[in-house]
Amino acid sequence: MSMPFYVPPEQMTKDRAEFARKGIARGRPIVVIEYADGVLLMGENPSGSLHKTSEIYDKIAFAGVGRFNEFEMLRVAGVRYADLKGYSYERDDVTAKGLANAYAQTLGQIFTHEMKPYEIEVMIAEIGADPSETKIYRIQFDGTLRDVRRFGAMGGMEEELTELLEAAANGFPSLAEAVKLAADAIESATETSIAHADWEAAALDRTLGRRKFRRLPATEIGEYRS
Amino acid sequence: MIDDQRRGDQLPLDPIVLGASFHSLLESRGLAPTWTTSPGGADIEIPEATTILALRFHDGVVMAGDRRATAGNVIAHRRMKKVFPADDYSAIAISGTAGMASELTKLFQTELEHYEKIEGTRLSLEGKATYLARMVRGNLPMAFQGLVVVPLFCGYDENDQVGRLYTFDVVGGRYEEQDYAATGSGGAEAKAFIKSVYEEGINEERALEIAVEALVAAAEEDAATGGPDLRRGIYPNVVVVDAQGLTEIEEERVAAVATRVIGGRP
Repeated sequence: MSMPFYVPPEQMTKDRAEFARKGIARGRPIVVIEYADGVLLMGENPSGSLHKTSEIYDKIAFAGVGRFNEFEMLRVAGVRYADLKGYSYERDDVTAKGLANAYAQTLGQIFTHEMKPYEIEVMIAEIGADPSETKIYRIQFDGTLRDVRRFGAMGGMEEELTELLEAAANGFPSLAEAVKLAADAIESATETSIAHADWEAAALDRTLGRRKFRRLPATEIGEYRS
Repeated sequence: MIDDQRRGDQLPLDPIVLGASFHSLLESRGLAPTWTTSPGGADIEIPEATTILALRFHDGVVMAGDRRATAGNVIAHRRMKKVFPADDYSAIAISGTAGMASELTKLFQTELEHYEKIEGTRLSLEGKATYLARMVRGNLPMAFQGLVVVPLFCGYDENDQVGRLYTFDVVGGRYEEQDYAATGSGGAEAKAFIKSVYEEGINEERALEIAVEALVAAAEEDAATGGPDLRRGIYPNVVVVDAQGLTEIEEERVAAVATRVIGGRP
């Protein structure tokens, strides 16, 4: 009778984490910054239709890095989760915290039970009536759930970006300042120059009506950066 | 893993749900709204929503509804809302069994937003109307029991840049109307009034006036339709959909139009 090789759990977890980290580090980063009227989500994405940021619900937005098909699955599941909950109860009952927990559980399960872990990280942002109500959660490939304050980066060059943002961040910038800050940081960390049309930027904007999510067109990004 | 997720409040990851439809998502979890009545129908009186109308003007469409719901010969609600935004560029108004119509509206609104978020684009206006027709048809068994829901749908067609309006029948027929439409218990009266004064290419203010006066005319002849109630401050719900999107007209503006219109009536 043949015995399967014994792999100690420490080793298995380490291998899986390393595999996931490598995959994520290869991808282009996303930067999240709290600005005066909400939250900005921004990254390089030459595709105009395969989005990395998305609306989940009225005040909740999503951003993902890594393998597109994997975070897209989570995004769609998130929209379903939110719409189901809002339909069954009331719109205000849909919160980023509930969604972040559901994501964390799902990613945690996949990390330990599936053949390969997901090579993705996602962030969930939620805004309220004033800046103190802003919540940003980051969920990693193994289900680790963390709070993000003021700014954050995920994907490739994450450490460099975080350092750059830390050095430049000061209070709540305007949207124009936040766009500049995010774009400059990404360009300098990745040592590339990125055309206006190749950015993907979206904002949760307190000044909007019920649905606070909007995408920033290339012309607007150009204006802010010039 | 997928079996686990079908339970409770877990993330709906299952690929069994097809495409971008919210209704099939509800069905897959057994949450889709259903109604059943015993054969022979119900003797209980269920609140019914009454007169709603829509008409085209130069830049788009105006949609309006009175505020009364009746159960038999009792006034069930005086301030019911029958005209709702469907999304940023379309509106829905409901007549018929009030409870079912409200649920249908909520489901339709959620469906449009759900599709938009999942697919990243809005459905075409025609597509929205087709979907609504399907929802009305789904209600056919109840219509035979006397529980009828008949909506009106209107919106601004972003592709062709015109306002359009649609009527429906209980078997899911969907008809695009040229200039105006009205339905509900006072619908015939309202339509007759609009017909007598309607002109092509009118402006928004005039369209608003016609919409409100048509409801006044309907209320004069139909006991189930509530006209503007100046004493209690109850006014019709009115929305306008044009190239800028959907606007709900503030009550003060409707009140001013209503006061003017009632003053001018014979």
